[in-house]
Amino acid sequence: MSDRAMIQIENVSKFYGIYKALDDVSLSIAEGEFFSLLGPSGCGKTTLLRSIAGFENPTTGEIYIDGVPSLALPPNKRPTNMVFQSYAIFPHLDVAENVAYGLKRLKLSPEEEKKRVGDALDMVRLSGLGRRKAHELSGGQRQRVALARALVMRPKVLLLDEPLSALDKKLREEMQVELRTLQKAVGITFILVTHDQYEALALSDRIAVMFDGRIAQIATPKEIYQRPRTRKVADFLGGMNFLKAKVLGEQGNAVSIDTARFGAVQLVKPQGFATSDGHVTVGIRPERLRLLWDDDRAPHELAGRIENRAYFGEVTHLTVGIDGLEQPLSMVETNNFGADDLPIGAEIRLAYDPEAFVLLAEDPPVSRL
Amino acid sequence: MTAAAFGPIAETSSPSRRRAWMRSEEARGLAMISPTFLYALALLFLPVLIVIAYSFWTQNYLEIDRTFTLENYRQALTEPIYRDLFVRSLWISLTVSVVTVVFSYPVAWFISFHGGVHKNLWLFLITVPCWTSYLLRVMSWKVILGYGGVMNTGLISMGLIDKPVTSLLYNSNAVVITLVHSWAAFAILPIYVSLQKVDRTLIEAARDLGDNRIKAFFRITLPLSLPGVISAFLIVMIPTVGDYVTPRLVGGKDGVMIATAIQAQFGKAANWPLGAALSVTTMVLVSLSAAAVVLALKFAIRRIK
Repeated sequence: MSDRAMIQIENVSKFYGIYKALDDVSLSIAEGEFFSLLGPSGCGKTTLLRSIAGFENPTTGEIYIDGVPSLALPPNKRPTNMVFQSYAIFPHLDVAENVAYGLKRLKLSPEEEKKRVGDALDMVRLSGLGRRKAHELSGGQRQRVALARALVMRPKVLLLDEPLSALDKKLREEMQVELRTLQKAVGITFILVTHDQYEALALSDRIAVMFDGRIAQIATPKEIYQRPRTRKVADFLGGMNFLKAKVLGEQGNAVSIDTARFGAVQLVKPQGFATSDGHVTVGIRPERLRLLWDDDRAPHELAGRIENRAYFGEVTHLTVGIDGLEQPLSMVETNNFGADDLPIGAEIRLAYDPEAFVLLAEDPPVSRL
Repeated sequence: MTAAAFGPIAETSSPSRRRAWMRSEEARGLAMISPTFLYALALLFLPVLIVIAYSFWTQNYLEIDRTFTLENYRQALTEPIYRDLFVRSLWISLTVSVVTVVFSYPVAWFISFHGGVHKNLWLFLITVPCWTSYLLRVMSWKVILGYGGVMNTGLISMGLIDKPVTSLLYNSNAVVITLVHSWAAFAILPIYVSLQKVDRTLIEAARDLGDNRIKAFFRITLPLSLPGVISAFLIVMIPTVGDYVTPRLVGGKDGVMIATAIQAQFGKAANWPLGAALSVTTMVLVSLSAAAVVLALKFAIRRIK
């Protein structure tokens, strides 16, 4: 991964009539980066990806691919290749012909073409299946063919439109590892569109979270999970306990906040932070709360009682009621110590780390018209 | 002991298996289609069998001599007049099917790819000409192509010609023009259906892999719509070989096709066996040429990619 920008998106908007599919999106993706566009369906992530590929024409803005302004170029003139959600394997061609499809234009010698097709099939571990037809392939194999067909073109950017969503969980996790390995091996910029936050967290160098046609936050997986900027981002990336809190004072980049039952905490100000009435929202991830057993002591403790319990195999999700809090807290506990056996109504103590709280900025109002 | 024990089971299993079959999906399906199947058998299959039988017999004035003979086929295949008619019929029907498919494909493509929300309206409009009688549609072409017809007067008023063109009507061209128009709707529909089934992402994938619009059409859209093209071809070709009305009305002397000769044998000439032999020969020739065309199309498409 280098510092050179491979994709530069500048103020791109896309209107369908008066509906805003993309609302002034700007971002930059580095060469060799694994970049994910994450968001719920209808947030514009696929429209953005298809704009990079050339299948959608943004109403305003410009997209530079490797420094070339590309919006005027048709898809076949762009150095990008795409793995479609449905894989789009040509049904009238066999696997090798599918992979060789784009190479025909390059007028390679038959040996050279055969070698490149063979190498591409090796890369996705499909060697020996070249003569199979699309309908004779499993979902995972079709996905590999689509990958090989795109990678054989040696694109500067590989675009992946929810490539794993049609696979079952086990296969999806396998393919995630493989995708990541593949990307490191070929060193091409990958742009992945997904609505699965775990997929984005596990694969990406950076993630852009999108809502309502806008980018809510761009950051590394760790940062976006631990320091989500707004409540919506925090919520989309997994469980989060939200608390109303009062601002006590601001010093530069830090804000002191009174979180009532959790006491006063010092938090970092997120970008775009503002408070009109001195009230703010703070969040804490369920796994940052910890059960205290018997004689365990912690510097910061709270007493509560179990209101609900759900068993998830390796972990148990607990809902804990705390006196003086409107909403019960959710927490996640591993099952090594018997959290799965706690009866509902049991009185417990929990420990928390004041550093684990995140101060969240207000979400911008939703308007797509 | 074991054999004795299995004996009775084997005996009872046969009727129970039959009962199971009676309840099966297959049996129910056959029962459902049986009325139409019997109808088709009685009115389609039997007449063809009778025609085939007749073709091996001889007309003896008013009686039929039922001794087996190949004389009718000898006549049908060797008489120059019949040979010419076969060749002309096949040639006309081939031309008609090629022209019809070539004209219909863009229409079907336009409706399928650019019909938007009005696809059904477009399809509906295409069937409008079929609301009038086939006879009337053929007759109206006489009005268009005739000596003092729309075409000639139009061309004269535009100053493109000085005097009416006589080569428009009463020849094989007139037959081709009329048949192409009559059958267009029947070619557009199957092509449209197969174009509708083409996954649009496949075309995007082709564009993504470097094809321009035209290349993507020839490498993806056309091969995948081939089933529709083939059925359109067959739907047009098979009935036009034996068309009787159109050549009769607009074909004149040069536009006579085999159906006219067959009609003459069953009518004025009163030689049913020869008429039957001509019919059977037509059927065989149509099947062969249709098969040849299908194979040629498939081969051509395989070469494109």
